[in-house]
Amino acid sequence: MKITINGTLTEVAATTLNDVLEETGYGGAKVATAVNEAFVPATLRATHPITEGDRIEIVAPRQGG
Amino acid sequence: MPTFYGTEIASALMLGTAQYPSPAILADAFRQSNAGIATVSVRREAGGEQAGQDFWRLVSDLNVALLPNTAGCHSVREAVTTAHMARELFNTPWIKLEVIGHADTLQPDPFGLVEAARILTEDGFQVFPYCTEDLVLCDRLVQAGCEVLMPWGAPIGTGLGLNNIYGLRSLRAHFADIPLVVDAGLGLPSQAAHAMELGYDAVLLNTAVAQAGDPATMARAFASAIEAGRAAFTADPMSPRDMAAPSTPVLGKAFL
Repeated sequence: MKITINGTLTEVAATTLNDVLEETGYGGAKVATAVNEAFVPATLRATHPITEGDRIEIVAPRQGG
Repeated sequence: MPTFYGTEIASALMLGTAQYPSPAILADAFRQSNAGIATVSVRREAGGEQAGQDFWRLVSDLNVALLPNTAGCHSVREAVTTAHMARELFNTPWIKLEVIGHADTLQPDPFGLVEAARILTEDGFQVFPYCTEDLVLCDRLVQAGCEVLMPWGAPIGTGLGLNNIYGLRSLRAHFADIPLVVDAGLGLPSQAAHAMELGYDAVLLNTAVAQAGDPATMARAFASAIEAGRAAFTADPMSPRDMAAPSTPVLGKAFL
């Protein structure tokens, strides 16, 4: 199915947020997530379903002022 | 030394981590600054990319408290969601809350700021609001649960210094028991010293150090200025006056 990850249309087979992270190379990385503009805590990623057209944001620590 | 939400910080300098020429220069600037808090952000990470992971290791080694921000957020929803992601990433209830209201000046949206501050405070965050020196706005932020206020000196990245000294002084007088931080707009150490002379508890800056020709030396200069400004405030400065008054005694002057 097609979903959008950080603004890029992406084809994935995974159906949970955790599996999407594994499939797209974020496994083990220090990241935080939101799905369709709503924060999804790390503890809920394994059970959070992902469906066609979902918009996922994956962020990491970065420089800031 | 400033105390924010019950945590005493060993330095009145809060330093940003953006815009340095290299990670090594950033680390050197922090060592020279003796800053007690580093501001950080959250940004998109590409799969397989390690930029965020490398940065995390870098800031972890600085041995300073981390204050994540919601920089770039223009709506309450964006800021609240970003704050949640930051709390999980950096494992801290602290959030430097930015809700930008104007693209040119990066002036805070006071209405969105108060609303977001209330929502986040109710959700257990300890909010450091990036605000203007508007007294009514600051009052509302305190009512929303903020236990620190961070008015701008001037728009972010301008280096213009303290644009409204009267307003900043009024805030200090009005909020005697609230930690106050001048956040943004500082370009020179003398401006930071001035903020501390007004009785401010700390200053937060980034560009002035990161974009200096020699960031580490500029960081040291800011640290010295902040220490001097704080000492001057605690020493109870004289009041200015319009008329001259001789410092050398008149009594005993020879008649010539």
